[in-house]
Amino acid sequence: MRRFSSFRDFDWMLFTLVMLMSLISVLEIKSATLHTKFRGFDHKQIEFLLVGIVLMFLISRIDYHRLVDIAPWAYGVGLFSLVAVKLVGTKVLGGRRWINLGGGVHFQPSEWVKLILILAIARYFWGLIGRDLSWLDIGKAFAMIGLPMGLVLIQPDLGTALTYFPVLLVGLFLGGIRFRQVMVLLLGFSLLIGGAWLSGKRLKPYQMARLTSFIDPGSDPRGAGYQILQSKIAVGSGGLWGKGTNKGTQTQGDFLPIPYTDFIFAAFCEEHGFVGGMGILLLYFLILMRLIENAQQASDVPGAFIIMGVVAVMLFQIVVNIGMVVGMMPVTGIPLPLMSYGGSSILFSFLALGIVMNIRMRRFVN
Amino acid sequence: MIHAPKPERHIYYRDDKVSADKLHAMQYVVVLMLALLATGMWKLQILSVGDYRLLAEANRIRKDPVRAPRGRIFDREGRIIVDNYPSITCYLLRGQGRDIESDIPMIARALDLPVDQIQATLHRYEISHKYESIPLKQDITQDEQDFIEAHRNELPELETRDEQRRLYPQDGFAAHLIGYVGEVSEEDLKSSKYDFYDPGDVVGKSGVEETYDSLLRGTDGSRDVVVDSHGREVGQLGQQLAIPGKDLRLTIDLDIQRAAEQAMEGKTGALVAMDPHTGEILAMVSRPNFDPNQFSGHLTKDYWSKIVNDPNHPMMNKTIQAQDAPGSTFKIIMSLAGLQEGIAQDMRVMCNGGATFYGHFFACDQHHGMVDIHNAIPWSCDTFYYMMAERLGIDTIARYANSVGIGQKTGIDLPEEAAGTMPSTAWKLKTMHDKWYAGETISVGIGQGAVTVTPLQIARALGGIASGGVLKRPHVVFPDELPEEMQSAIKDTFPGSGDRVVPITPENWETITDGMAQTTMPGGFDTGAAAHMEGIDFAGKTGTAQVISHSAGATSLGSGASRANAWFVGMAPRRNPDIVVAVLWEHGGWGAGSAPVVAQVVNAYITKQRRIEGNLHAVETPKPTPPAAPNPPGTPTAMLSPTSKPGEAKAASVSRP
Repeated sequence: MRRFSSFRDFDWMLFTLVMLMSLISVLEIKSATLHTKFRGFDHKQIEFLLVGIVLMFLISRIDYHRLVDIAPWAYGVGLFSLVAVKLVGTKVLGGRRWINLGGGVHFQPSEWVKLILILAIARYFWGLIGRDLSWLDIGKAFAMIGLPMGLVLIQPDLGTALTYFPVLLVGLFLGGIRFRQVMVLLLGFSLLIGGAWLSGKRLKPYQMARLTSFIDPGSDPRGAGYQILQSKIAVGSGGLWGKGTNKGTQTQGDFLPIPYTDFIFAAFCEEHGFVGGMGILLLYFLILMRLIENAQQASDVPGAFIIMGVVAVMLFQIVVNIGMVVGMMPVTGIPLPLMSYGGSSILFSFLALGIVMNIRMRRFVN
Repeated sequence: MIHAPKPERHIYYRDDKVSADKLHAMQYVVVLMLALLATGMWKLQILSVGDYRLLAEANRIRKDPVRAPRGRIFDREGRIIVDNYPSITCYLLRGQGRDIESDIPMIARALDLPVDQIQATLHRYEISHKYESIPLKQDITQDEQDFIEAHRNELPELETRDEQRRLYPQDGFAAHLIGYVGEVSEEDLKSSKYDFYDPGDVVGKSGVEETYDSLLRGTDGSRDVVVDSHGREVGQLGQQLAIPGKDLRLTIDLDIQRAAEQAMEGKTGALVAMDPHTGEILAMVSRPNFDPNQFSGHLTKDYWSKIVNDPNHPMMNKTIQAQDAPGSTFKIIMSLAGLQEGIAQDMRVMCNGGATFYGHFFACDQHHGMVDIHNAIPWSCDTFYYMMAERLGIDTIARYANSVGIGQKTGIDLPEEAAGTMPSTAWKLKTMHDKWYAGETISVGIGQGAVTVTPLQIARALGGIASGGVLKRPHVVFPDELPEEMQSAIKDTFPGSGDRVVPITPENWETITDGMAQTTMPGGFDTGAAAHMEGIDFAGKTGTAQVISHSAGATSLGSGASRANAWFVGMAPRRNPDIVVAVLWEHGGWGAGSAPVVAQVVNAYITKQRRIEGNLHAVETPKPTPPAAPNPPGTPTAMLSPTSKPGEAKAASVSRP
């Protein structure tokens, strides 16, 4: 009976790192919204964090095997909510992504579908571990991810849809896909993407514009290219040490688009410079390394798979978001985990962390 | 172990573990990815920090121009001619990431401007910095201002600013002399003269405004305004105060100018009044004229087409740009040549209404009988001067004409002065690649043929001869009131015959000046007697210049556009005159008709001098023969009264020369 000893096995190290990150996030949101109508978002972010922390502790009390057990049911509910959001969702910024729960609370189902997919993939590859993957196994995994991805894609929300993909990739990788199969898949994908690119009909005009403006930022100075340019100006002008809290001219002057969500890293880099930005990267490095360490210590296959799924999603979002902010990636609207303002994103992070905690607490089980 | 797994799950429980190598590999992936991001940040924040700092500044700081008020323009006595008045200009702000193209129709509606005009303006400013705002419309109305205010949210890129704008005299008063200002044009900006000008700068476009633009314009200042991405001003970083332009005092005398404007009313042509002692221009009128106020605001299409389609060239400053045959006024220069060459003194010519040279008959308008140099001038006998021209030859005539500034610019400090033409054998060879025929000399003798002059040239030449051969560079601004470097710059910019002395023996000087004085005497000669003013030593010379045929022999005046030009160059007193006035009345007919016009201006001048000096101006000339007819009321005798007003004088009825 390890009921009371479990909090000793709780990953306080990881929790501290995450809390540090959250503190920085709140301070930067405060600075970035100081002179805008979004002033006070830092307080709302604190509320989200408190809810997130409570949920993290609650879910860390639940045996993750139970979660793995109910994964197929959750998967079904997840798909249903994605269909529901398409039918009754609230339209925001051209995309139908939110379900209004009443009382001013909106929920973005695509975020928690991410968590369900991690569980589902873990369960799926758990069953396949130890033997070579057949093309059928791979096909099933693709279908498992592809179905919700397609539903999110038609909301339309390309960014979130893309975050499902690393879950599949890490599953295939850890699940034992062979090099030859990877090559075949890569070839197939490049043909598919090439075809889609040529037809150009698969993407919404603004998505197309985002991609083209990434390739040629001068083509649309007021659209996505304008956002990237403003972001680069904010980051670049920050220099080594930054301009100081509340002193980022691009952030405070409203030149930087949405500096409290997608471009929060640009706002931070403008005000705290290269040194501050490297600090954030270091924190992410420590968090991800700690997560992988937990995966290594996990007592069984699904535990490791779940944690690596979380790592894959987080790493993917970090790379795509910061890559966008520094002009290496197109604008995709993917938030920066633990930094960007937003309840759904925080809930995902902390629920995921709660499960990780549970896996860690049970590492000596069996 | 508290919780035994369900039996069916045992099938999954194997010793299989996720490969440690693969988890290890994931760690490398994390490091690689984060390192990649770090290099991106390094590139921006360390390597290109300078570039992005500049971009950030440009993003944030807008330079708002603060226009310097232009210097005012005064007459010689400090009375204001050109002033400024407060006005509101609408500007367009750029570089806020706003799609201005799509707002153009609304802007057009707000400012009541055509869409294509706004697009043209935008196009013109494409080369300038994005943080510079574009002046869209000057002098906007209260309604337009209210509209912009009410649509701040829809049209945040519009801004209104207070500015000083030019206020010119009404009705085109001295318009050609003053000139006007306007936005510097695209073509101007390409020339090196405008190297230091930016699009949107207001520059002098003609007249004094152009010549002295660098003085009048001052230095525009600017404010560095901190803005947010909507272009809203949130603070001011610094400012550079505008340095107002320097005021400018002209040599013009408003009283004389007013008299000159009145005298030229209803006529086309030009009038210039100058002080021959100094070369100071006292009055300058060209007709028809234009309203400079129209040009420095927005020029309406109607007004512009009215101006450019007027066959009488309202934009032309005819005092320095009209190049016409001088007609008989040229005979003074002929007299100078003849007397100085020693051939005129003893010349006696029998005038029977003309004479035949080289097989052609050259007519005179009268049968003057026996003519010598003393009565040839006041009679303006063509026969006498045909003879003299034949005896002098073209090159001698040209030499004397050139010496008094004919055929070259005077060097007046106004733009676009014309040089006129003084023919000679060399000139004909050069311009027509042909030799000079002796027959051509005959008509030059009476100021016809190829010889052309501007009113200013002939005024200066005749005034200079009456001043004993002392010619001055005409000017409209006192040179000693200019900064030193500008004094020489003006001389370099406006090269001309400048100050010079032409040797004239005293006897010849007396002969010519007495001849000119006789011209206005009532009685025997009376070519210009209509301009006689009792008690004023007024001398002058008429000229009736053919405008169609260059052949000599004015027997008819022609009519309409082919009617002869009426010249008169008058001065007072006859020797060392204080004022010389030249009038070119285009298609005015006999030169005698222009004489009273000059008389009005000279009268205004003399009256003013007498008033100032308490009537001390003694009349030196011998008493003229009494007038044949009593003077009309309000004329010559009234001149003597210091209470009479300038411009009151009316010339006696016009008699033919």
